[in-house]
Amino acid sequence: MKKLSVKSVVAIGIGAALFFVLGKVAIPSPVPNTNISLQYAVQAVFATLFGPIAGVIIGFIGHTLIDATSYGPWWSWIIASAFVGLVIGLFTMKMNTEEGIDNKKLVRFNVAQIIAHILAWGVVAPVLDILIYAEPVEKLFAQGLMAAAANIITTGVVGTLLLLGYSKTVVKKGSLEKED
Amino acid sequence: MAKIAILNYIKRSSPVHELTGTTKLIFFIAWSVTSMVTFDTRVLVCMLAVGAVIFKVSQIRIRDINVVLGLAAVFLLLNNFFIYLFTPEYGVELYESRDLLFTIVGRYTVTAQQLFYHLNITLKVICVVPIALLFIACTDPSEFASSLARIGVSYRAGYAVSLALRYIPDVQREYRNISQAQQARGIDISGKDKLFTRLKNSVAILLPLIMSSLNRIETVSNAMELRGFGKKDKRTWYTRRELGRNDWLAIGFAVVILAAGLIVTFWDGSRYFNPFLRW
Repeated sequence: MKKLSVKSVVAIGIGAALFFVLGKVAIPSPVPNTNISLQYAVQAVFATLFGPIAGVIIGFIGHTLIDATSYGPWWSWIIASAFVGLVIGLFTMKMNTEEGIDNKKLVRFNVAQIIAHILAWGVVAPVLDILIYAEPVEKLFAQGLMAAAANIITTGVVGTLLLLGYSKTVVKKGSLEKED
Repeated sequence: MAKIAILNYIKRSSPVHELTGTTKLIFFIAWSVTSMVTFDTRVLVCMLAVGAVIFKVSQIRIRDINVVLGLAAVFLLLNNFFIYLFTPEYGVELYESRDLLFTIVGRYTVTAQQLFYHLNITLKVICVVPIALLFIACTDPSEFASSLARIGVSYRAGYAVSLALRYIPDVQREYRNISQAQQARGIDISGKDKLFTRLKNSVAILLPLIMSSLNRIETVSNAMELRGFGKKDKRTWYTRRELGRNDWLAIGFAVVILAAGLIVTFWDGSRYFNPFLRW
Protein backbone atom coordinates (compact mmCIF):
# COMPACT_ATOMS: atom_id res chain seq x y z
CA MET A 1 0.00 0.00 0.00
CA LYS A 2 1.17 3.47 -0.80
CA LYS A 3 2.07 5.50 2.23
CA LEU A 4 -0.36 8.16 3.27
CA SER A 5 0.93 11.66 2.66
CA VAL A 6 1.15 14.05 5.58
CA LYS A 7 -1.70 16.06 4.12
CA SER A 8 -3.98 13.02 3.90
CA VAL A 9 -3.17 12.09 7.50
CA VAL A 10 -4.25 15.54 8.65
CA ALA A 11 -7.26 15.57 6.31
CA ILE A 12 -8.38 12.23 7.75
CA GLY A 13 -7.97 13.46 11.31
CA ILE A 14 -9.87 16.68 10.81
CA GLY A 15 -12.41 15.03 8.49
CA ALA A 16 -13.15 12.45 11.17
CA ALA A 17 -13.53 15.23 13.74
CA LEU A 18 -16.03 16.97 11.44
CA PHE A 19 -17.85 13.67 10.84
CA PHE A 20 -18.11 13.14 14.57
CA VAL A 21 -19.30 16.65 15.46
CA LEU A 22 -21.90 16.73 12.69
CA GLY A 23 -23.09 13.28 13.67
CA LYS A 24 -23.66 14.53 17.18
CA VAL A 25 -25.56 17.75 16.43
CA ALA A 26 -29.18 17.00 15.87
CA ILE A 27 -30.98 18.54 12.93
CA PRO A 28 -34.51 17.19 13.13
CA SER A 29 -35.94 15.40 10.11
CA PRO A 30 -39.63 14.96 9.29
CA VAL A 31 -39.66 11.41 10.67
CA PRO A 32 -39.77 11.51 14.47
CA ASN A 33 -36.69 10.33 16.35
CA THR A 34 -34.40 10.51 13.35
CA ASN A 35 -32.01 13.23 12.40
CA ILE A 36 -30.54 14.48 9.18
CA SER A 37 -27.04 13.03 8.94
CA LEU A 38 -25.03 15.91 7.57
CA GLN A 39 -21.82 13.99 8.24
CA TYR A 40 -22.25 11.98 5.04
CA ALA A 41 -22.31 15.14 2.92
CA VAL A 42 -19.02 16.21 4.47
CA GLN A 43 -17.54 12.73 4.14
CA ALA A 44 -18.47 12.74 0.44
CA VAL A 45 -16.80 16.12 -0.09
CA PHE A 46 -13.64 14.99 1.72
CA ALA A 47 -13.56 11.70 -0.21
CA THR A 48 -13.80 13.72 -3.43
CA LEU A 49 -11.07 16.15 -2.42
CA PHE A 50 -8.67 13.74 -0.70
CA GLY A 51 -9.37 10.33 -2.28
CA PRO A 52 -10.81 6.93 -1.34
CA ILE A 53 -8.38 6.05 1.46
CA ALA A 54 -9.22 9.28 3.25
CA GLY A 55 -12.93 8.59 2.68
CA VAL A 56 -12.72 5.11 4.19
CA ILE A 57 -10.76 6.06 7.28
CA ILE A 58 -12.85 9.19 7.92
CA GLY A 59 -16.01 7.08 7.86
CA PHE A 60 -14.50 4.37 10.03
CA ILE A 61 -12.97 6.61 12.70
CA GLY A 62 -15.82 9.12 12.71
CA HIS A 63 -18.59 6.56 12.98
CA THR A 64 -16.74 4.47 15.58
CA LEU A 65 -16.31 7.55 17.75
CA ILE A 66 -19.99 8.49 17.38
CA ASP A 67 -21.10 5.00 18.36
CA ALA A 68 -18.55 4.42 21.08
CA THR A 69 -19.62 7.62 22.84
CA SER A 70 -23.30 6.79 22.68
CA TYR A 71 -24.17 3.10 22.91
CA GLY A 72 -21.20 0.96 22.02
CA PRO A 73 -20.07 0.34 18.47
CA TRP A 74 -22.51 -1.15 15.96
CA TRP A 75 -19.85 -2.57 13.66
CA SER A 76 -21.97 -3.39 10.64
CA TRP A 77 -23.02 0.23 10.17
CA ILE A 78 -19.54 1.50 10.88
CA ILE A 79 -18.19 -0.65 8.09
CA ALA A 80 -20.98 0.56 5.82
CA SER A 81 -19.99 4.16 6.58
CA ALA A 82 -16.39 3.40 5.65
CA PHE A 83 -17.61 1.72 2.48
CA VAL A 84 -19.50 4.88 1.43
CA GLY A 85 -16.25 6.84 1.59
CA LEU A 86 -14.44 4.19 -0.42
CA VAL A 87 -16.94 4.10 -3.28
CA ILE A 88 -17.31 7.87 -3.56
CA GLY A 89 -13.55 8.28 -3.39
CA LEU A 90 -12.92 5.69 -6.10
CA PHE A 91 -15.49 7.16 -8.48
CA THR A 92 -14.24 10.71 -8.11
CA MET A 93 -10.55 9.86 -8.05
CA LYS A 94 -9.66 11.28 -11.44
CA MET A 95 -11.75 14.39 -11.06
CA ASN A 96 -8.95 16.88 -10.47
CA THR A 97 -10.88 19.09 -8.14
CA GLU A 98 -8.02 21.58 -8.08
CA GLU A 99 -8.93 22.65 -11.58
CA GLY A 100 -12.41 23.73 -10.63
CA ILE A 101 -15.69 21.86 -10.69
CA ASP A 102 -18.11 21.93 -13.61
CA ASN A 103 -21.51 20.37 -14.15
CA LYS A 104 -20.07 17.14 -15.52
CA LYS A 105 -18.07 16.61 -12.34
CA LEU A 106 -21.10 17.37 -10.19
CA VAL A 107 -23.13 14.74 -12.05
CA ARG A 108 -20.32 12.27 -11.55
CA PHE A 109 -20.18 13.09 -7.85
CA ASN A 110 -23.90 12.49 -7.50
CA VAL A 111 -23.88 9.22 -9.43
CA ALA A 112 -21.03 8.08 -7.18
CA GLN A 113 -22.82 9.00 -3.97
CA ILE A 114 -26.11 7.38 -5.05
CA ILE A 115 -24.35 4.11 -5.90
CA ALA A 116 -22.32 4.28 -2.70
CA HIS A 117 -25.30 4.81 -0.42
CA ILE A 118 -27.48 2.19 -2.10
CA LEU A 119 -24.72 -0.43 -1.88
CA ALA A 120 -23.71 0.52 1.66
CA TRP A 121 -27.15 0.68 3.32
CA GLY A 122 -29.00 -1.67 0.99
CA VAL A 123 -26.37 -4.43 0.84
CA VAL A 124 -23.32 -4.08 3.09
CA ALA A 125 -25.05 -3.03 6.31
CA PRO A 126 -27.98 -5.51 6.16
CA VAL A 127 -25.76 -8.44 5.17
CA LEU A 128 -23.37 -7.74 8.03
CA ASP A 129 -26.32 -7.27 10.40
CA ILE A 130 -27.62 -10.68 9.44
CA LEU A 131 -24.18 -12.23 9.99
CA ILE A 132 -23.46 -10.50 13.28
CA TYR A 133 -26.82 -9.88 14.93
CA ALA A 134 -29.04 -12.37 13.04
CA GLU A 135 -31.73 -9.75 12.70
CA PRO A 136 -34.77 -10.39 10.49
CA VAL A 137 -34.19 -9.60 6.83
CA GLU A 138 -37.41 -7.63 6.35
CA LYS A 139 -36.58 -5.14 9.10
CA LEU A 140 -33.00 -4.70 7.92
CA PHE A 141 -33.80 -3.97 4.31
CA ALA A 142 -36.60 -1.59 5.19
CA GLN A 143 -34.24 0.19 7.59
CA GLY A 144 -31.39 0.14 5.07
CA LEU A 145 -33.41 1.57 2.23
CA MET A 146 -34.76 4.34 4.48
CA ALA A 147 -31.22 5.22 5.49
CA ALA A 148 -30.04 5.09 1.87
CA ALA A 149 -32.83 7.40 0.70
CA ALA A 150 -32.23 9.90 3.50
CA ASN A 151 -28.47 9.92 2.97
CA ILE A 152 -28.77 10.24 -0.79
CA ILE A 153 -31.00 13.30 -0.44
CA THR A 154 -28.74 14.90 2.18
CA THR A 155 -25.53 14.18 0.31
CA GLY A 156 -27.09 15.14 -3.00
CA VAL A 157 -28.34 18.52 -1.85
CA VAL A 158 -25.81 19.53 0.77
CA GLY A 159 -22.77 17.81 -0.77
CA THR A 160 -23.41 19.31 -4.19
CA LEU A 161 -23.89 22.80 -2.77
CA LEU A 162 -20.70 22.41 -0.72
CA LEU A 163 -18.69 21.36 -3.76
CA LEU A 164 -20.09 24.30 -5.73
CA GLY A 165 -19.18 26.65 -2.92
CA TYR A 166 -15.72 25.14 -2.75
CA SER A 167 -15.17 25.44 -6.51
CA LYS A 168 -15.80 29.18 -6.31
CA THR A 169 -12.80 29.57 -4.02
CA VAL A 170 -10.47 27.62 -6.31
CA VAL A 171 -8.46 29.77 -8.66
CA LYS A 172 -8.79 28.17 -12.08
CA LYS A 173 -5.93 27.63 -14.44
CA GLY A 174 -5.61 30.43 -16.97
CA SER A 175 -8.08 32.58 -15.12
CA LEU A 176 -5.90 35.67 -15.40
CA GLU A 177 -6.68 37.85 -18.35
CA LYS A 178 -4.38 40.27 -20.01
CA GLU A 179 -5.65 43.84 -19.89
CA ASP A 180 -5.98 45.62 -23.16
CA MET B 1 -27.52 25.52 21.25
CA ALA B 2 -27.18 23.23 24.21
CA LYS B 3 -23.86 21.64 24.86
CA ILE B 4 -23.52 18.35 23.05
CA ALA B 5 -23.49 15.48 25.48
CA ILE B 6 -20.30 13.60 24.84
CA LEU B 7 -18.59 10.98 26.84
CA ASN B 8 -14.91 11.60 27.27
CA TYR B 9 -11.87 10.68 29.28
CA ILE B 10 -12.53 10.82 33.01
CA LYS B 11 -9.34 10.88 35.00
CA ARG B 12 -9.47 8.83 38.19
CA SER B 13 -7.13 6.40 39.79
CA SER B 14 -8.20 2.80 39.48
CA PRO B 15 -6.71 -0.49 38.33
CA VAL B 16 -8.52 -0.07 35.01
CA HIS B 17 -7.00 3.37 34.44
CA GLU B 18 -3.54 2.07 35.22
CA LEU B 19 -3.61 -0.53 32.46
CA THR B 20 -1.88 0.59 29.28
CA GLY B 21 -3.96 1.73 26.33
CA THR B 22 -2.74 -1.27 24.37
CA THR B 23 -4.20 -3.69 26.92
CA LYS B 24 -7.54 -1.91 26.96
CA LEU B 25 -7.66 -1.86 23.16
CA ILE B 26 -6.96 -5.60 22.92
CA PHE B 27 -9.49 -6.30 25.66
CA PHE B 28 -12.10 -4.17 23.92
CA ILE B 29 -11.55 -5.86 20.56
CA ALA B 30 -11.68 -9.38 22.04
CA TRP B 31 -14.80 -8.44 23.96
CA SER B 32 -16.63 -7.01 20.93
CA VAL B 33 -15.68 -9.97 18.75
CA THR B 34 -17.01 -12.43 21.33
CA SER B 35 -20.26 -10.54 21.76
CA MET B 36 -20.74 -10.25 18.01
CA VAL B 37 -20.14 -13.92 17.29
CA THR B 38 -22.01 -15.54 20.14
CA PHE B 39 -25.75 -15.92 20.42
CA ASP B 40 -25.49 -18.02 23.52
CA THR B 41 -27.47 -16.65 26.43
CA ARG B 42 -25.19 -18.27 28.99
CA VAL B 43 -22.09 -16.62 27.51
CA LEU B 44 -23.85 -13.26 27.23
CA VAL B 45 -25.05 -13.33 30.83
CA CYS B 46 -21.55 -14.20 32.06
CA MET B 47 -20.07 -11.39 30.00
CA LEU B 48 -22.60 -8.96 31.39
CA ALA B 49 -21.73 -10.00 34.95
CA VAL B 50 -17.97 -9.70 34.32
CA GLY B 51 -18.56 -6.33 32.64
CA ALA B 52 -20.46 -5.12 35.69
CA VAL B 53 -17.61 -6.16 37.99
CA ILE B 54 -15.02 -4.39 35.84
CA PHE B 55 -17.25 -1.33 35.81
CA LYS B 56 -17.39 -1.37 39.61
CA VAL B 57 -13.60 -1.63 39.84
CA SER B 58 -13.06 1.28 37.44
CA GLN B 59 -14.33 4.00 39.82
CA ILE B 60 -16.50 5.42 37.04
CA ARG B 61 -19.88 6.23 38.51
CA ILE B 62 -23.25 5.70 36.91
CA ARG B 63 -23.98 9.42 37.03
CA ASP B 64 -20.89 10.14 34.91
CA ILE B 65 -22.46 8.23 32.10
CA ASN B 66 -26.22 8.43 32.64
CA VAL B 67 -26.81 10.46 29.46
CA VAL B 68 -25.03 7.81 27.44
CA LEU B 69 -26.95 5.02 29.13
CA GLY B 70 -30.20 6.82 28.35
CA LEU B 71 -29.27 7.00 24.68
CA ALA B 72 -28.40 3.33 24.66
CA ALA B 73 -31.75 2.47 26.23
CA VAL B 74 -33.70 4.48 23.63
CA PHE B 75 -31.70 2.86 20.84
CA LEU B 76 -32.37 -0.63 22.18
CA LEU B 77 -36.08 0.00 22.64
CA LEU B 78 -36.45 1.31 19.10
CA ASN B 79 -34.46 -1.55 17.65
CA ASN B 80 -36.50 -4.19 19.47
CA PHE B 81 -39.70 -2.42 18.54
CA PHE B 82 -38.86 -2.43 14.83
CA ILE B 83 -37.81 -6.07 14.85
CA TYR B 84 -41.14 -7.00 16.42
CA LEU B 85 -43.05 -4.72 14.05
CA PHE B 86 -41.62 -6.38 10.96
CA THR B 87 -41.33 -9.99 12.09
CA PRO B 88 -43.37 -10.84 15.20
CA GLU B 89 -42.61 -14.54 14.81
CA TYR B 90 -38.93 -14.38 13.90
CA GLY B 91 -37.93 -16.27 17.05
CA VAL B 92 -40.17 -19.18 16.05
CA GLU B 93 -38.25 -19.49 12.80
CA LEU B 94 -34.89 -19.21 14.53
CA TYR B 95 -35.52 -21.66 17.39
CA GLU B 96 -37.67 -24.04 15.34
CA SER B 97 -40.42 -24.41 17.90
CA ARG B 98 -43.46 -22.41 18.88
CA ASP B 99 -44.92 -21.74 22.32
CA LEU B 100 -47.73 -19.25 21.97
CA LEU B 101 -48.27 -17.16 25.08
CA PHE B 102 -51.01 -14.80 23.87
CA THR B 103 -52.05 -12.80 20.82
CA ILE B 104 -52.15 -9.00 20.74
CA VAL B 105 -53.91 -8.48 17.44
CA GLY B 106 -53.83 -10.22 14.06
CA ARG B 107 -50.36 -11.53 13.27
CA TYR B 108 -48.84 -9.86 16.33
CA THR B 109 -48.52 -12.84 18.58
CA VAL B 110 -46.29 -13.14 21.61
CA THR B 111 -44.31 -16.35 21.68
CA ALA B 112 -41.73 -17.52 24.15
CA GLN B 113 -39.24 -17.90 21.28
CA GLN B 114 -39.71 -14.33 20.13
CA LEU B 115 -39.22 -13.01 23.67
CA PHE B 116 -36.11 -15.15 24.02
CA TYR B 117 -34.74 -13.78 20.76
CA HIS B 118 -35.36 -10.21 21.96
CA LEU B 119 -33.62 -11.04 25.23
CA ASN B 120 -30.58 -12.33 23.35
CA ILE B 121 -30.30 -9.46 20.93
CA THR B 122 -30.65 -6.98 23.80
CA LEU B 123 -28.02 -8.79 25.87
CA LYS B 124 -25.70 -8.78 22.88
CA VAL B 125 -25.79 -4.99 22.75
CA ILE B 126 -25.90 -4.40 26.50
CA CYS B 127 -22.87 -6.55 27.33
CA VAL B 128 -20.65 -4.39 25.07
CA VAL B 129 -21.89 -1.12 26.55
CA PRO B 130 -19.96 -1.14 29.87
CA ILE B 131 -16.70 -2.15 28.20
CA ALA B 132 -17.08 0.38 25.37
CA LEU B 133 -17.89 3.14 27.84
CA LEU B 134 -14.98 2.20 30.08
CA PHE B 135 -12.67 2.08 27.10
CA ILE B 136 -13.55 5.67 26.25
CA ALA B 137 -13.74 6.91 29.84
CA CYS B 138 -10.52 5.30 31.09
CA THR B 139 -8.13 5.66 28.15
CA ASP B 140 -6.07 8.79 27.86
CA PRO B 141 -6.65 9.96 24.24
CA SER B 142 -2.99 10.81 23.80
CA GLU B 143 -2.06 7.26 24.68
CA PHE B 144 -4.50 5.81 22.21
CA ALA B 145 -2.45 6.46 19.06
CA SER B 146 0.55 4.70 20.51
CA SER B 147 -1.65 1.73 21.41
CA LEU B 148 -2.88 1.47 17.85
CA ALA B 149 0.68 1.54 16.57
CA ARG B 150 1.56 -1.13 19.11
CA ILE B 151 -0.99 -3.62 17.77
CA GLY B 152 0.25 -3.13 14.23
CA VAL B 153 -1.80 -0.30 12.76
CA SER B 154 0.32 2.03 10.63
CA TYR B 155 1.40 4.98 12.75
CA ARG B 156 0.04 7.36 10.15
CA ALA B 157 -3.47 5.98 10.66
CA GLY B 158 -2.91 6.04 14.41
CA TYR B 159 -1.85 9.65 14.20
CA ALA B 160 -5.00 10.45 12.20
CA VAL B 161 -7.05 9.09 15.09
CA SER B 162 -5.23 11.22 17.61
CA LEU B 163 -5.61 14.27 15.38
CA ALA B 164 -9.35 13.57 15.23
CA LEU B 165 -9.56 13.36 19.02
CA ARG B 166 -7.46 16.50 19.36
CA TYR B 167 -9.57 18.56 16.93
CA ILE B 168 -13.06 17.47 17.98
CA PRO B 169 -13.39 20.23 20.61
CA ASP B 170 -12.05 22.84 18.17
CA VAL B 171 -14.42 21.81 15.39
CA GLN B 172 -17.28 21.73 17.86
CA ARG B 173 -16.53 25.26 19.05
CA GLU B 174 -16.24 26.50 15.51
CA TYR B 175 -19.50 24.84 14.54
CA ARG B 176 -21.24 26.55 17.43
CA ASN B 177 -19.79 29.98 16.58
CA ILE B 178 -20.75 29.74 12.92
CA SER B 179 -24.17 28.36 13.69
CA GLN B 180 -24.92 31.15 16.16
CA ALA B 181 -23.63 33.81 13.78
CA GLN B 182 -25.88 32.47 11.04
CA GLN B 183 -28.84 32.21 13.39
CA ALA B 184 -28.34 35.89 14.22
CA ARG B 185 -28.71 36.53 10.50
CA GLY B 186 -31.99 34.63 10.50
CA ILE B 187 -30.78 31.29 9.14
CA ASP B 188 -32.50 28.54 11.03
CA ILE B 189 -31.94 24.78 10.95
CA SER B 190 -34.27 23.76 13.76
CA GLY B 191 -37.58 22.05 13.08
CA LYS B 192 -39.49 25.22 12.23
CA ASP B 193 -38.60 25.46 8.56
CA LYS B 194 -39.35 23.17 5.64
CA LEU B 195 -37.01 20.24 5.12
CA PHE B 196 -35.46 21.56 1.94
CA THR B 197 -34.95 25.02 3.45
CA ARG B 198 -33.34 23.37 6.44
CA LEU B 199 -30.93 21.46 4.22
CA LYS B 200 -30.10 24.60 2.26
CA ASN B 201 -29.61 26.56 5.47
CA SER B 202 -27.28 23.92 6.81
CA VAL B 203 -24.99 24.64 3.86
CA ALA B 204 -24.64 28.20 5.15
CA ILE B 205 -23.10 26.71 8.28
CA LEU B 206 -21.17 23.86 6.69
CA LEU B 207 -19.47 25.81 3.95
CA PRO B 208 -17.59 28.19 6.27
CA LEU B 209 -16.86 25.23 8.54
CA ILE B 210 -15.34 23.23 5.69
CA MET B 211 -13.39 26.20 4.36
CA SER B 212 -11.85 26.85 7.75
CA SER B 213 -11.17 23.13 8.13
CA LEU B 214 -9.35 23.07 4.80
CA ASN B 215 -7.25 26.00 5.99
CA ARG B 216 -6.56 24.17 9.21
CA ILE B 217 -5.52 21.06 7.28
CA GLU B 218 -3.08 23.20 5.31
CA THR B 219 -1.58 24.78 8.43
CA VAL B 220 -1.33 21.59 10.46
CA SER B 221 0.11 19.51 7.64
CA ASN B 222 2.70 22.18 6.90
CA ALA B 223 3.68 22.25 10.55
CA MET B 224 3.97 18.47 10.65
CA GLU B 225 5.94 18.38 7.43
CA LEU B 226 8.36 20.97 8.84
CA ARG B 227 8.95 18.72 11.83
CA GLY B 228 9.67 15.77 9.55
CA PHE B 229 6.52 13.73 10.12
CA GLY B 230 6.35 10.60 8.01
CA LYS B 231 10.01 10.63 7.07
CA LYS B 232 10.79 7.30 8.70
CA ASP B 233 8.94 4.00 8.81
CA LYS B 234 8.72 3.94 12.57
CA ARG B 235 8.31 6.50 15.29
CA THR B 236 8.46 6.60 19.03
CA TRP B 237 5.69 7.76 21.35
CA TYR B 238 6.04 9.99 24.36
CA THR B 239 3.07 8.34 26.08
CA ARG B 240 4.07 4.78 25.38
CA ARG B 241 4.31 2.56 28.46
CA GLU B 242 5.69 -0.92 28.78
CA LEU B 243 3.24 -3.70 29.57
CA GLY B 244 3.28 -4.60 33.26
CA ARG B 245 2.15 -7.69 35.14
CA ASN B 246 -1.49 -6.55 35.32
CA ASP B 247 -1.51 -5.83 31.60
CA TRP B 248 -0.48 -9.37 30.77
CA LEU B 249 -3.09 -10.69 33.18
CA ALA B 250 -5.79 -8.58 31.55
CA ILE B 251 -4.75 -9.62 28.05
CA GLY B 252 -4.70 -13.26 29.17
CA PHE B 253 -8.16 -12.82 30.64
CA ALA B 254 -9.44 -11.32 27.38
CA VAL B 255 -8.08 -14.26 25.42
CA VAL B 256 -9.70 -16.68 27.88
CA ILE B 257 -13.06 -14.94 27.50
CA LEU B 258 -12.78 -15.01 23.72
CA ALA B 259 -11.82 -18.68 23.65
CA ALA B 260 -14.29 -19.81 26.31
CA GLY B 261 -17.09 -17.79 24.70
CA LEU B 262 -16.50 -19.35 21.32
CA ILE B 263 -16.10 -22.88 22.68
CA VAL B 264 -19.29 -22.72 24.76
CA THR B 265 -21.19 -21.17 21.86
CA PHE B 266 -20.19 -23.68 19.21
CA TRP B 267 -19.98 -26.74 21.48
CA ASP B 268 -23.29 -28.13 20.25
CA GLY B 269 -22.56 -27.19 16.65
CA SER B 270 -24.94 -24.25 16.46
CA ARG B 271 -24.44 -20.58 17.14
CA TYR B 272 -27.76 -20.33 18.96
CA PHE B 273 -28.32 -21.59 22.45
CA ASN B 274 -31.71 -23.24 22.11
CA PRO B 275 -33.44 -24.12 25.40
CA PHE B 276 -36.68 -24.98 23.60
CA LEU B 277 -35.39 -28.16 22.02
CA ARG B 278 -34.95 -29.84 25.36
CA TRP B 279 -38.45 -29.20 26.62
